[in-house]
Amino acid sequence: MKHTLSVIVEDRPGALTRITTMFARRGFNIESLAVGPTERAGVSCITLRVDCTQHTLEQIEKQIHKLVNVLRVTELVSGEAVERELLVVRVSSPPERRAELVTTAEALGGRLLDVGPDAVVLELTGTPGEVDAFHELCRPYGVVDLVRTGRIGVPLASARRRAPRRLAAIN
Amino acid sequence: MKITGGDAILRSLEAEGVDVMFGIPGGAIMPTYDAMARGTTVRHVLARHEQGAGHMAEGYARASGRVGVAIATSGPGATNLVTPIADAWMDSTPLVCITGQVRSSLIGTDGFQECDITGITMPIVKHSWLVQDAREIPEVMRAAFHVARSGRCGPVLVDVPRDLQEALIDFSYPETVDLPGWKPPSKVHPLQIREAARAIANARKPVLYVGGGTLNGDACVELRQLAEGGTLPVITTLMGKSAFPEDHELHFGWPGMHGPKWSNLAMNTCDVLVAIGARFDDRVTGKLSAFAAGATVVHLDIDPAEISKLRDADIPVVGPLAKAVGELANEVARHRADGAPAPHAWLDQIRAWRDEFPLRYGSGGDWLKPQRVVETLQALTAGDDVIVTTGVGQHQMWAMQYVQSIRPRSFITSGGLGTMGYGIPAAIGAKAARPEATVVCIDGDGCFQMTAQELTTAVLDDLPIVVVLVNNGYLGMVTQWQDMFFDGRRSHVHLTAQVPDYAKLAEAYGGVGMVVENDADLEPALSEALSIGRTVVVDCRVDPAEHCFPMIPAGAAALDMIEYTETVEEAKAS
Repeated sequence: MKHTLSVIVEDRPGALTRITTMFARRGFNIESLAVGPTERAGVSCITLRVDCTQHTLEQIEKQIHKLVNVLRVTELVSGEAVERELLVVRVSSPPERRAELVTTAEALGGRLLDVGPDAVVLELTGTPGEVDAFHELCRPYGVVDLVRTGRIGVPLASARRRAPRRLAAIN
Repeated sequence: MKITGGDAILRSLEAEGVDVMFGIPGGAIMPTYDAMARGTTVRHVLARHEQGAGHMAEGYARASGRVGVAIATSGPGATNLVTPIADAWMDSTPLVCITGQVRSSLIGTDGFQECDITGITMPIVKHSWLVQDAREIPEVMRAAFHVARSGRCGPVLVDVPRDLQEALIDFSYPETVDLPGWKPPSKVHPLQIREAARAIANARKPVLYVGGGTLNGDACVELRQLAEGGTLPVITTLMGKSAFPEDHELHFGWPGMHGPKWSNLAMNTCDVLVAIGARFDDRVTGKLSAFAAGATVVHLDIDPAEISKLRDADIPVVGPLAKAVGELANEVARHRADGAPAPHAWLDQIRAWRDEFPLRYGSGGDWLKPQRVVETLQALTAGDDVIVTTGVGQHQMWAMQYVQSIRPRSFITSGGLGTMGYGIPAAIGAKAARPEATVVCIDGDGCFQMTAQELTTAVLDDLPIVVVLVNNGYLGMVTQWQDMFFDGRRSHVHLTAQVPDYAKLAEAYGGVGMVVENDADLEPALSEALSIGRTVVVDCRVDPAEHCFPMIPAGAAALDMIEYTETVEEAKAS
């Protein structure tokens, strides 16, 4: 089963490496990874997507928590968190098909970023499912370059607040 | 007044109360060694190889319960520390390793003796620091010691570029540590203790499965209270050996691959298994799915990640073990006082197994038997303040079986990593920690040759140790596996018992060498070795055909162990 983990770390040299090394060392596979700053200076958020059993997930969480630079580990539980991904794509589009492509892309929430003689650059921010759909839409036109950020997320503001799940301490 | 970064490292060690460090100088650590020459209260023991320095620091840490300190230069000096760091990681030994690094301006340029030691050691340290500004040194040193000894103990690395050791800084040692992400468990949940106590007190067939965490967590007194208050049998792992007095009527041996049958029978047929600072290692459990099948598992550990890592814990208790075991002891004693009966029938059963399946070995004709060497050493040192260290292999398992450890921290061995060559340097480190104790290294001839050069350090730094060499001329444990599981095809295991001449080698290093070839010479030689107060190697030429029994083949269920029988002996002889 797939899980999204949000790991809040001190922004210190090697903090990301320590996490990825731990994954590699213990044979856990990372499906996607996004790293960026947070609202606090010197604190970063690493969002990891992993495909594993519940038992492995608990091991991963506990092992991450033991790393000295890690401040907090939480699971973004599906239905209780908002998750987004950014896609940027260069699609080949001869002038005669450009209007059709751009109109469809914009109908799906995409944005036109750049226009060239035989290609356009589009972006889309959406749920991972929407991003997948957008990718499929572009495919018949001819995708030249495509980059996705990997998902990021926060718990929903409207979700009923559960007692935060304590991951490190079993007690 | 400003001081150099190198001086700051030493002032930090002094502020931490470090009395000994183990190391070797080299280019990138020279400013710190220059600071030593200008003066420090910390004794420096000069090793002959950085691996030796690291294992000495480990031996020091295990014998004293304090943080061991090793210091080396960059590049090869640092990579030579990798084995001890990995060893300390596996056995949770608190260690601070200080390495010199090339100048900041050369980092990343493949400079002379440059290597990315923080990168290399990342999977085997609790944390590491590559110091980037000399002003960070006091703060980093403070944090390094704190991380090494708090929570689950383990190694940390501080890598300091040479120019930062030379830079001038204002020194003040911080009183507190600023590590917002490092919060090892400090409390124990009373509900978990209550639940655990109820399960233990009502068990018909309980076993305390005691690991090295009990020693690291200073929980030996509390363990004894728990065992005695609850009348509970204690089985100690290789790493837990000496956490509970082995002459105590409630001690029932050691579990796992070469544990006695009675211990494994008790572990595997118990109804409540209480793991205390133990981690269900494959050498203990054998086939995991068959291990203590059906038992309710109570697992006490400071490290939450050990809970349910291999075996699901029915009742987990996370927290410092002295506190957890102490509170558990009180609760269990209360249950006993309220009438929960002690498991006397179960204890009788384990005693009956012990009588029925004692440790055995053959007479072997003219050959000196390795077990006899360890038994004789045990008889000669019983009641004395003795610390035993070992290498890794057959001799280590015989040491486990035949050395009776009474005092905490008196048996020091490489458990998790299984590092051959650990014994001699660990003994030197233990002697530095406890000069009043007699320190004996039970070593194999294969192990001896991996770190023998440290005998020089034992002699010149006045840290005398007695090496009892169980010399069968073979890489014995590998030979045993080839004999038992590879149809007897012996592949590159013959070392010869005569080359090198170990007694002469001991003398070449400035120590005393003795050779023992038969039973009659054994006791006099060991007696003399133990009494002369010098570094001695007693080369005991033992039966090369001797195998270590019982044995649970790797991956087999614990109860499918192979026992010593005369038939096994005969098969071997033919």
